[in-house]
Amino acid sequence: MHVAKKIVFICLLTCLSSVWAEEELEIVIDKGIENSLPIVILPFGWSQAQNLPPVDMTEIIANDLARSGRFVPMSEADMPEKPTQIKDINYKDWRLLGMENLVLGNIKQNSTGDYDIEFRLIDVYKGKQIIGFHIPATRTQLRRTAHQISDIIYEKLTGIRGAFNTRIAYITVKRLPEKKRLYSLQIADADGYNPQVLLESSEPLMSPSWSPDGKNLAYVSFEKRSSAIYVQDILSGQRRLVASSPGINSAPAWSPDGSRLALTLSKSGDPEIYILHLSSNTLQQVTRNRAIDTEPSWSPDGNKLAFTSDRGGGPQIYEADLSGKRVKRLTFNGPYNARPRYSPDGKNIVMIHGEKKRYRIAILDLDNGYLNVLTESRLDESPSFSPNGSMIIYATTVYRGTELAAVAADGSVHQRLALQDGEVREPAWGPFPRK
Amino acid sequence: MTYKHVLIILMVSLFTACTTNTKDEADSATVEDRNAASGSDSSTGNSDSNSARSFGTGADGDTSMTALDDPQSPLSVRIIYFDYDSSEIQSQFRDTVEAHSAFLIANPEVIVALEGHADERGSREYNLALGERRSQTVRRQMTLLGVPSSQIRATSYGEERPVSEEHDDFAWSQNRRVEIIY
Repeated sequence: MHVAKKIVFICLLTCLSSVWAEEELEIVIDKGIENSLPIVILPFGWSQAQNLPPVDMTEIIANDLARSGRFVPMSEADMPEKPTQIKDINYKDWRLLGMENLVLGNIKQNSTGDYDIEFRLIDVYKGKQIIGFHIPATRTQLRRTAHQISDIIYEKLTGIRGAFNTRIAYITVKRLPEKKRLYSLQIADADGYNPQVLLESSEPLMSPSWSPDGKNLAYVSFEKRSSAIYVQDILSGQRRLVASSPGINSAPAWSPDGSRLALTLSKSGDPEIYILHLSSNTLQQVTRNRAIDTEPSWSPDGNKLAFTSDRGGGPQIYEADLSGKRVKRLTFNGPYNARPRYSPDGKNIVMIHGEKKRYRIAILDLDNGYLNVLTESRLDESPSFSPNGSMIIYATTVYRGTELAAVAADGSVHQRLALQDGEVREPAWGPFPRK
Repeated sequence: MTYKHVLIILMVSLFTACTTNTKDEADSATVEDRNAASGSDSSTGNSDSNSARSFGTGADGDTSMTALDDPQSPLSVRIIYFDYDSSEIQSQFRDTVEAHSAFLIANPEVIVALEGHADERGSREYNLALGERRSQTVRRQMTLLGVPSSQIRATSYGEERPVSEEHDDFAWSQNRRVEIIY
């Protein structure tokens, strides 16, 4: 098992480094789950054997499943045979190798130039198909289709909805000569492919936040020489300024129904949490306290806001109803807890936990108050849940700067995602795509 | 350093606008031609073309130019540093704050920007608020000393514009600061 894992690791590295262009994220798995499931993703058949298929579906699916840390895809070199039809599967061979599940598939190009993808998930021990689909796709939809297949396989075998067909937003920083910097706001597929630049600036950018429908990003920009909040339509690139009062305008967070933004404004003299109603452009003040109150996060039911406040001396996480009248302190463990984010099921809050000069990612169980520290590093920040609640993406500072990393919500799996050129930070995992 | 020169020029031109009719008139013998190059902090898309402007120093011009430019004066100290997780002005910077306050009181047309910063540890948004707390503390000290608050603009960049990109105690101590910018 360990040897297989090492081979997978090396295969992943060589596959990734040869295929990915300079600007794309490279994913390195540090630590896999101990009882991860062995799985065989057979190379998909391609109807034009003389050409290369437009996209390597097999590789995308194998990388997705490996990246979740819950699966160990078998390397192609170890496969005794590579059938593309269910009738050609020799179950005995696979059982001998201890492979419980098999995925086979085919890509056909039809007369219009589009594609038909067929895939089947097979239970090796039962000797029959668990699930199978035909999916039509245009050329540009092929990667997304592969991620959809990964989602189906993942959900069938783990019972949890897959989050492979999702996107992440993040900020990159490139150092230029003469101490200048170029900041950019980008989105990419959750596997790091197809990065797109949404905004570039010579002034800092911060805190990207996805609207629940995945169509807009709110963010903080210093292009006016002080912090201001913009909302940008991802498809069209059109944006509007939504907050630029004197002082701080930051930490935008979309309400679950997409109609409001919770945010931090210090126009009253100190940073307070407000709710901005986007259609009427009206502001509702939530906190009223001389301390720093910032970093609001909406509970999934839309009734509460968790936030950071140092009203008790140092920063801790508090929870308030939307009127701000009922405020409850949530964290009592350590001198520094900040940057809360609710899990999609509302049962946990992930945060930055600072103790003895180490700043790490931790999860608070809201039921029992138990705090579980997930990372072993020293300078971690900006945690964000995947929409299925299984993984947390965050930023960590290493010697050369910040880079992205991901950890399973139970701490069992760990990965680094390194951009080849420059620093990457402030990741925000986008929502499930709307059907 | 170029940035500092530009701001001094702008400040002086503001000054002389009150005392001279046209920019080419000079009461005293000193006329300075400088290139007003575009500031290094302009955002993408803005580009001021290089232009040369000449200035007279004006009647009271000498005092302010000399004072701000003088490396011996406490006004030459433009950065106040802070302890970890603190926004208290340490005693060694009291003179600096007093000197800048006196200068501002003596030159009521001058506006100063106080830019607060924090080191990189912990949450970025909380650090943005910490940076503001620091610049507000300096502002408050200045207004207590008599500077009208209309002459002060306090902002924060949080941890977003460090002077040192290293990750050790010294780098962090360099980054915890308020910059005094004219």
